[in-house]
Amino acid sequence: MGVSDRYCCFPFAMGAMISQCFPWQIQKSVKKTATTDTKAVSNMEYDMKLRTLMMGAVATTALASMAFAAGHEGERGRDGNVSIIYWQAPSILNPFLSGGTKDIDASALVVEPLARYDEQGQLVPWLVDEIPTTDNGGVSPDLTSITWKITPGITWSDGTAFTSADVKFTYEYCTHPEGGCAQQTAFQGVTSVETPDDLTVIVTFDKPTPFPYGPFVGGTSPIIQAAQFADCVGARAPECTEANFGPIGTGPFVVDNFRPNDVIQYSANENYRVEGKPAFAQVTFKGGGDATAAGRAVMETGEFDYAWNLQLAPDVIGRMQEGGRGTPVAGFGPLVERIMLNWTDPNPNLSADERATAAHPHPFLRDPAVYKAMSMAIDRPLLVEVGYGQAGKVTCNWVPTPEVYSSTTFQCDQQDLDGAKAMLEEAGWVDSNGDGIREKDGVELRLLYQTSTNAVRQDFQALIKDWWRQIGIDAELRNLDASVFFGGDPGSPDTFQKFYADVQMYANTFDGTDPQSYLGNALCDKAPRPASQWQGENISRFCMEEYDALHATLGETAGIEARAEIAKQLNDMVVENGGMIPLVHRGRLSAHSTTLGGVVLNVWDSEMWNVSDWYRTE
Amino acid sequence: MLTFTIRRLILSVPTLLFISLAIFLLLQLAPGDPMSQVPLTVPPEVKEKMRQALGLGEPVHVQYWKWMVQFFWIEPQVFIDWLTRESTLFAWLPDTSLYDGQLRMISWQTRGPVMDLVVQSLPQTLWVVGMSYVVGVLIALPIGIYSAYRHYSVFDQAGTFVTMIGFSIPPFFTGPLLIVIFAVQLDWFPSVYNTVHQVVDWDSFVIQLRQMILPVMVLALQTTAQISRYMRSAMLDNLNQDYVRTARAKGLKEGVVVMVHVLRNSMIPVITVIALGIPSIFGGAIITENVFKVNGLGYQLLIALFANDIPTVMTFTFIFAILIVLFNLIADVLYGVLDPRIRYD
Amino acid sequence: MTDQTEPTPTAIGALQDKGPVSEPRNQWLDVWDQFRRHKGAMLGGGFLIFITLFVLVGPLIWPVDAQTLDIRNKDMRPIYTALWDSTSKVGWHRPLGTDNLGRDILANLIEGGRASLAVGWAAMVLALVIGTAIGVLAGFFKKLDFWLMRFTDLVLSLPLLPLLLVAVTLFRQPLRANFGPETGMFILIVGIVGITSWMQTARIVRGDVLALKEREFILAARSIGTSNGKIIRRHLLPNVISPIMVSATLGLATAIITESALSFLGVGFPSDFPTWGKLLADAVPRMEEYPERVLLPGIAISLTVLSVNYLGDGLRDALDPRIRGR
Repeated sequence: MGVSDRYCCFPFAMGAMISQCFPWQIQKSVKKTATTDTKAVSNMEYDMKLRTLMMGAVATTALASMAFAAGHEGERGRDGNVSIIYWQAPSILNPFLSGGTKDIDASALVVEPLARYDEQGQLVPWLVDEIPTTDNGGVSPDLTSITWKITPGITWSDGTAFTSADVKFTYEYCTHPEGGCAQQTAFQGVTSVETPDDLTVIVTFDKPTPFPYGPFVGGTSPIIQAAQFADCVGARAPECTEANFGPIGTGPFVVDNFRPNDVIQYSANENYRVEGKPAFAQVTFKGGGDATAAGRAVMETGEFDYAWNLQLAPDVIGRMQEGGRGTPVAGFGPLVERIMLNWTDPNPNLSADERATAAHPHPFLRDPAVYKAMSMAIDRPLLVEVGYGQAGKVTCNWVPTPEVYSSTTFQCDQQDLDGAKAMLEEAGWVDSNGDGIREKDGVELRLLYQTSTNAVRQDFQALIKDWWRQIGIDAELRNLDASVFFGGDPGSPDTFQKFYADVQMYANTFDGTDPQSYLGNALCDKAPRPASQWQGENISRFCMEEYDALHATLGETAGIEARAEIAKQLNDMVVENGGMIPLVHRGRLSAHSTTLGGVVLNVWDSEMWNVSDWYRTE
Repeated sequence: MLTFTIRRLILSVPTLLFISLAIFLLLQLAPGDPMSQVPLTVPPEVKEKMRQALGLGEPVHVQYWKWMVQFFWIEPQVFIDWLTRESTLFAWLPDTSLYDGQLRMISWQTRGPVMDLVVQSLPQTLWVVGMSYVVGVLIALPIGIYSAYRHYSVFDQAGTFVTMIGFSIPPFFTGPLLIVIFAVQLDWFPSVYNTVHQVVDWDSFVIQLRQMILPVMVLALQTTAQISRYMRSAMLDNLNQDYVRTARAKGLKEGVVVMVHVLRNSMIPVITVIALGIPSIFGGAIITENVFKVNGLGYQLLIALFANDIPTVMTFTFIFAILIVLFNLIADVLYGVLDPRIRYD
Repeated sequence: MTDQTEPTPTAIGALQDKGPVSEPRNQWLDVWDQFRRHKGAMLGGGFLIFITLFVLVGPLIWPVDAQTLDIRNKDMRPIYTALWDSTSKVGWHRPLGTDNLGRDILANLIEGGRASLAVGWAAMVLALVIGTAIGVLAGFFKKLDFWLMRFTDLVLSLPLLPLLLVAVTLFRQPLRANFGPETGMFILIVGIVGITSWMQTARIVRGDVLALKEREFILAARSIGTSNGKIIRRHLLPNVISPIMVSATLGLATAIITESALSFLGVGFPSDFPTWGKLLADAVPRMEEYPERVLLPGIAISLTVLSVNYLGDGLRDALDPRIRGR
């Protein structure tokens, strides 16, 4: 009986927040050795701290001081062991066969993409010399192809050369129709990958692609070794247990021992391309337990150096921090916790073919007065304070970031109970029978409010129910096991796609920096319905012809300003017309030990993106 | 008795087949989806393709048949091959190569053989859960016997109090409590169990012992409470029987009366409880293993359940079912040994 | 010492009594007399009555709604913390403090106790009835033994979590439609806990019955033509009462705790419906700062289980004529 099953589906924010995400705007980014910038900063801070410490020291030789100041520079593997804890345990090290964040992060220590996003959401070259753009000729003028130039001299951890053939193989591996690759979206629209020579990769698209950085970019799309996976293509993919459990990569570490769902032991890659890195000789990557235990192991007992995604109430984090052995760090992607409003009637008396489908509109949630009042009654700053603390911000928008795409139309950081009541009165919703619940034409404002099981979500439910109660709306609460709720089993009545409730709360996000396909989630034909086996992304069954038309325009528009303008309008239409009530813009909170240096939390790529720069500070 | 045992063993086979079918159908019926932990950003079409790659599109009876073949035919081949090739006990036998590359039972999460997960997590479970069971039983039996013998003495009252408190506090509370006290405040024991730790010498043995203490304590508390209660009540039932008076009257030593006459007649409910408990060792202690991150069978089962990894859940549960049937049979045989009046024929 | 009170049926002429020495005593009166003398049982019973009254009439004495949020008064400590820490946030209007959303803990304990006790008792009784029935039938009737015990094996081997999810999928909606969300959920939970925890009782009872039915007194009863039903009721059940009592005690604790585990899976009561188990589970992450939030429901559960245990002990002693005679 699982009591500690706080396995909430934490939708995984991975993408990039480059406002200047189109090739014509990217500055020529020349390859820096890994992340020189961040290193330089921490280096400087470190030096200053050290100098203060050294003030009183008398017998400090210049040599010793230099060795100290250099701190995290030196020979490979000088800092011994670093231990990382994820409260979800990795079950496979092949990111193409899983799609789970835990597996992608665990494999990111080993396999790498051609380019990554940094903590700002900017593209940085990784296995290539520079990011191809139209300016440097890497992207063809008609935007249908992109040419990557691999840095010469990169080798796999087994000593063989890393070539363009491996890149091409990765494409073939993931797009094989029987392989069940989880990252197929990255290769959407790719017609071919060509390799004119060992160091050149040309990716061709079927149509002009303003954002050609899908394939081979970011932690979800790394390169795997052709030699190792040659026999594992398509239906044979699951049979290659050895390769799936220990991929050969170009990254800073190699897998020594993998115990699925438990622990991974890595050691430094002797053939890693950067001299003196990684600083650690071994990595222990432990999985399992729950977020509380993970936070405790880093911040209170100091048994571990890094804990991932601590979804805990701020006061719990605060107390752990008092343990003094670790510090939490937060970063923000486009993840938004929201209440979805059901446009259709989930009445259980309707037949299975018609329940929660467009055949029956919702009896009261389509009334602007009702959903606006519901939104006004919510005290969002309090929700942030109770649930997420430094890892949350108030938001009124579906697309909270990147900055250019984020609408400023709505104000919602003030709770207005009186305004909400007045709005309902005015629309004719009054409590005529004295039971505290408003009604109109025999329809009472009683709704079923469901979400997945997760301590913070249950607190939110309690708070929001209380506020709605105050304006005369009654909510019945229900919480469902996350594996059922987020699962797409058409046979279950409790999935979020079926939406057999009036409102439901969860969080969603998008990959990359461009919200076009994310905004497509509100198109009429994306609604889950019996004919589509209840699959589809338009959970609220929001449907407006104007919206569909405007979204089509977005697909044809180039130019960041114009696109941003349309995206904002689309965002506003959904919020204004009652598709959802956005609540909190959520960040990711991880914690690292005070003795671990070089950690840069990155929500746009794998959290393990710069693990080669990590070092021990004392 | 021998005929009974053999007959029951033979009858176990259809029983187990039926149980496997029931479990399989239950898992098919249960809502849930192996794609539930894939991020929402992965579109439904891709998820559908991943489902197809897992073989989810096939009809139910085909899936069941495949599982049966894999479990009863292919996996035993792999096991026998391993026995004759690598195991220390049978390596002297000529190498058998029965297994010739058919598809083994593949977990949906790891895409690796399910049996590897079993092999990997069995030692942890045996060390921690098995040890706690042995400790628990060894503490419980004397407590139960002495509590009954000195009915309503201070010892009996204290024992009752402690065991009942222990039983009524759930392990999801005792686990973190012990961690906070002994790992965070006192810093005596680690809060996370290191599953890759190898015992090679005395020092590493001490480390192993230290990391085992907390989970074993939590688990042993539950076992002790349960078994000592049954032991005590069964002893009480028998201590006032006429045959005890007779035994005393004919001058037997008190120790013999209690430990031989009474104990043997009181063992039936205790044997039942212990026999039910041993399969649950292999079922693992789901909550405790999770709290201390012991990568045991229960922990693997929990993860598989949440990931809707049906082949893994099915296999783990079925191994568990085999043990249940087997140990209930052993209990039945033991009843006959303890009380010769019980006859099954 | 009670020897002389028993009516002696010897009939040697001169010694014959003209009438009963004293009023013939009802067996149940004897049982009650013995029971009353058992201090633990009386204490346990007293506590059970107290706790039952506490959760039933508590809301009249302490009329605070358990669900009212009062975010300004969140994280208040119980009033007794003021004894050693004068800076702590306490107040008489929240004698046991408030939780992280400002809900009154005393009111939650009262309301949670009602649900926990109801679920605990109902599920425990259900499990006992099923377990005892199956155990006695299997032990007594050889023909049923194989089938009933294989059925027990089957239920023992079914994985709990999928079973729960299936039960919810199939039964939640009809139950909700017929009994309302809370009563429907109550029936579902009691049913689930009951039907998944009877197996141990069944196996234990069967084991005892197997041994008992070969004893001389059963043979004697059978030889004077006692019917099977009567043998079971008069001779077997009283003799397996003590393992049943132990199962009952353990079953109550298990039911209360299992209920809290269910709500994590979205199978239990809605999240705004407190129970002791859930209060305890929710407070575990904050147990260092606010130990009272785990201790109070924990103590409530423990004391309830303990008192049921003593009650069971007393009942067992009272029902055993050999002990009663001493």
